[in-house]
Amino acid sequence: MTDTPLLDLTGLTKAYPGVVANDSVSLAIMPGEVHALLGENGAGKSTLVKMIYGLVKPDAGSMKMNGEAFAPAEPRAARAAGVGMVFQHFSLFDALTVAENIALGMENAPKLNALSQQIRDVSDTYGLPLSPDRVVGDLSAGERQRVEIIRCLLQEPKLLIMDEPTSVLTPQEVEILFKTLRKLSAEGTAILYISHKLEEIRALCDGATILRLGKVVGECVPAETSARDMAEMMVGTVLQTPTRAGKTPGEVVLELKSLSAKSQSAFGMPLRDISVEVRRGEVLGIGGVAGNGQDELLAALSGEMLTTPGMILFQGREVGLLGPNPRRGLGILTAPEERLGHAAAPDMSLTENAMLTGAAREGLEKGGLLNWGAARQFAEKIIAQFDVRTPGPGNAARSLSGGNLQKFVIGREVLQRPELLVVNQPTWGVDASAAASIRQALLDLAENGTALVVISQDLDELMEISDRFAALNEGRLSPPRPAHDLTVDEIGLMMGGAHGMEVAHV
Amino acid sequence: MDLSAINPILFIAGFLVAATPLIFAAIGELVVEKSGVLNLGVEGMMITGAICGFATAVETGSPMLGFVAAAVGGAALSLLFAFLTQITLANQVASGLALTLFGLGLSALLGQSYVGIKPPRLGDINFGPLADIPVIGPILFTHDIILYLGIALVAGVWAVLKFTRAGLILRAVGESHDAAHALGYKVVRIRTLAIMFGGACAGIGGAYISLIRVPQWTEGMTAGVGWIALALVVFASWKPWRLLLGAYLFGGITQLQLNLQGAGVAIPVEYLAMSPYVITIIVLVILSADKSAAPASLGRTFHASH
Repeated sequence: MTDTPLLDLTGLTKAYPGVVANDSVSLAIMPGEVHALLGENGAGKSTLVKMIYGLVKPDAGSMKMNGEAFAPAEPRAARAAGVGMVFQHFSLFDALTVAENIALGMENAPKLNALSQQIRDVSDTYGLPLSPDRVVGDLSAGERQRVEIIRCLLQEPKLLIMDEPTSVLTPQEVEILFKTLRKLSAEGTAILYISHKLEEIRALCDGATILRLGKVVGECVPAETSARDMAEMMVGTVLQTPTRAGKTPGEVVLELKSLSAKSQSAFGMPLRDISVEVRRGEVLGIGGVAGNGQDELLAALSGEMLTTPGMILFQGREVGLLGPNPRRGLGILTAPEERLGHAAAPDMSLTENAMLTGAAREGLEKGGLLNWGAARQFAEKIIAQFDVRTPGPGNAARSLSGGNLQKFVIGREVLQRPELLVVNQPTWGVDASAAASIRQALLDLAENGTALVVISQDLDELMEISDRFAALNEGRLSPPRPAHDLTVDEIGLMMGGAHGMEVAHV
Repeated sequence: MDLSAINPILFIAGFLVAATPLIFAAIGELVVEKSGVLNLGVEGMMITGAICGFATAVETGSPMLGFVAAAVGGAALSLLFAFLTQITLANQVASGLALTLFGLGLSALLGQSYVGIKPPRLGDINFGPLADIPVIGPILFTHDIILYLGIALVAGVWAVLKFTRAGLILRAVGESHDAAHALGYKVVRIRTLAIMFGGACAGIGGAYISLIRVPQWTEGMTAGVGWIALALVVFASWKPWRLLLGAYLFGGITQLQLNLQGAGVAIPVEYLAMSPYVITIIVLVILSADKSAAPASLGRTFHASH
């Protein structure tokens, strides 16, 4: 390594109305270094990398690349300077082919035939098999990420930015990705790796910078620092681990018998022959890579998607043809993954949103007339019990931060005393302490005899709260197994293994 | 009733003419929709193009200048739509409907002093001996340049969308404006250019009605062709060649029902007049079983949120 950092940031500051996203952030990355950027959601990681990639202009501070001033006005300029970025939410076009997607991210894209050959070459070299002619909409999450990575690699970047790259991968796919990244790093490519998964960072990264509320709060060498210390630097407080007494489960509440159903969306995944039982007081954790039937399973259980009679039994009663409201009446409550637009109506107030799902069970409606006073009280109760940070129940759902809205939509269902609660990604985008309190609330609910189905892509979360664990893969559910004696490898295999990926050649 | 009164050669040549305004309007709208914008103002831009072209042709004596003015007029009106939907982020459906109503009113105002005037004629292209070939000559080689331009435009749009980087970027913006923005493409600028292209095409289509097909000016003379163009784009599954086919089908049946009326067929005129619309829609509905072809961002408002 030379002494001049590849990228040197000094005093970068960016403020948005009402919030300072980055406050005088400095950091340096050497050529070939794998540098971690750690922080909670909302700590300012995304804003920082957007400045490096030319999507956002800093208010103050300077960037240097190889000792020379670097101020990309747009992503094109950043790419020309050797910065590549793999986005957290994929920046891919479903209806276009792999080669077309890659051409769009390149400055001087060659003709598609020549490009297809290049894609094959690079994908062979790095062990990322990919067919250039396939339509991206048909690819799995892991394959989509390969498209993004190869798009960057074709530009021969000096710095590769990866924003939460492993959130959609199985453990085996993560291992292969890491091999690819280590190979790149050995070739001299610096990698800026954004994540909040501490064990991954300890395994992969040479250095780490930790952000909290827009400020650098510490730097460390991850291999020599414990995950717990890093977590406490990130969060700023000591974390509580959720606890439960653990009771023997009661009678069967939900029974799925060979549940099969087509997806309602064009690129969705059909459910295939799912059989499982959930008992009173039990938490069934369902893992799996996104897009393997999670949304469809939630829709089938909530009643948004009706199914052939005889496939879904609730307390012994057939419910496959009931819509969401009759099911709510019976005590089947659900909280879907997408907060804005699915779990909550973005432009309606919290009171109105509380009314939307709580009307029947909380007695907020009588003879078609709405009792707004009671709805407001219900909303206030959710806000108080789940520590939702908002000026009041009259605020629009859209105005809440993701984590606060998540606390609200989960709290809204928990407080309606469900018999069966189905949640998808209950702590997605929520900071660590709020996530812990949501998990505790779910466990308390199970303690009081509710049956829970928790669908999540966060394996640590599932291991923490599940009694039994099962994985969705290609719309099929693996047989559930007791969660406490499962290893990461076994979980990975339940999730479908490496989906045909192989380790980097050379 | 005397079906022998219908001359098949004149009939085919006639339906090529009848289809041309529709081809222009629809191919323009296809490009707009491929960029992810739904502009329901086609009818308004057509009628504005019709009067701009008509007035300019009458004042200057040059039909070609008229078509240029029609393109400029249509594009200028579409800029209003672009401003509303891309800058002020107004709802595209409401803005498009407003554009149609505004265009109809504006054209009526502009056209007050042009009612009852005959415009200068645009001559046919001289293909020399080609035009003397029996049957094929009179059908294919006795038309004005705009008609051929329309067919060339369909081919051009198809080739640009399929083979060029500009076309790929346009499709990408229509597919996912957030992803395109993240890659550094100027979504608003690209969409504005597409909207203006659509406006210019609609304007030329309108002028083709007022200068060549009907040649005269009457209020509301586009008579719903803009709406048919919109439907055509959807039912053609956003594919240029299928769109051309649909336009000829519509033009053919329009021409046929006029001929049948002329021949005195014993079917009420209303049914005949409605038949092109009904048959075109039925055929295209059957063709468009593949619904996934719609640009995924169609009609959604883009706002760069950082």
